[in-house]
Amino acid sequence: MELNATKRGPRLTVQLFGELDHHSAERTRIMMDTMLHDVSVRELMIDMSGVTFMDSAGLGVILGRYRTLNLRGGKLIVCGVSQSIDRIFKMSGLYALIERV
Amino acid sequence: MNRNEMELKFLSVSQNEGFARAVAAAFASQLNPTVEELSDIRTAISEAVTNAIIHGYENRPDGCITMRCEIDGNKFTATISDKGCGIADISLARKPFYTTRPELERSGMGFAVMEAFMEEVEVSSTVGSGTTVVLQKTIRRIDA
Repeated sequence: MELNATKRGPRLTVQLFGELDHHSAERTRIMMDTMLHDVSVRELMIDMSGVTFMDSAGLGVILGRYRTLNLRGGKLIVCGVSQSIDRIFKMSGLYALIERV
Repeated sequence: MNRNEMELKFLSVSQNEGFARAVAAAFASQLNPTVEELSDIRTAISEAVTNAIIHGYENRPDGCITMRCEIDGNKFTATISDKGCGIADISLARKPFYTTRPELERSGMGFAVMEAFMEEVEVSSTVGSGTTVVLQKTIRRIDA
């Protein structure tokens, strides 16, 4: 899993590239949390267009970051969600918590 | 009747999650599945193998996982077995959002994903001896 991040004002945009499974989840989590140490981040936009595979481990990564943002009154947005990832998001009810653009 | 089978044994290390789902998908490709059907198989296999690693062997890297795949007509079956700690309460484990490992940020959706993406999901387990998960899916697209 590769990651690209850009920050503009309170918004941090993170582009993910590769497969998001249990194997890559921990590294992805650590990389994102390091960036979220910056408390001025109020909006986390995760661009999933480069994610070629995701299972429920990826769901755990997204939910965990949602909790961090939610605790500081911020929000999480996803974009570039493929059809197969969308099915996992829908069945988990994730869209009740996060936005999709 | 189109019949084929394969068996793969590998260690309970997370690198093998991607390896196992790629092998299963390559094997299932013989049935000429749609992109979506293949993606369903990869995801369900990944969930079952991850469960064996995290829960069955509690992240110990020296456990043995067996994945057996069968094709019978247009039916694909994968059987994933471990000789790990087993599941005490299978119906609780299958409940969406139930997880014994919240500290690992597990979503508790592993079995729910398997059930959504495969037609049949059968789980048998004995505490102290291991767990077997059978995943079955009929591939609708048949060669013209």
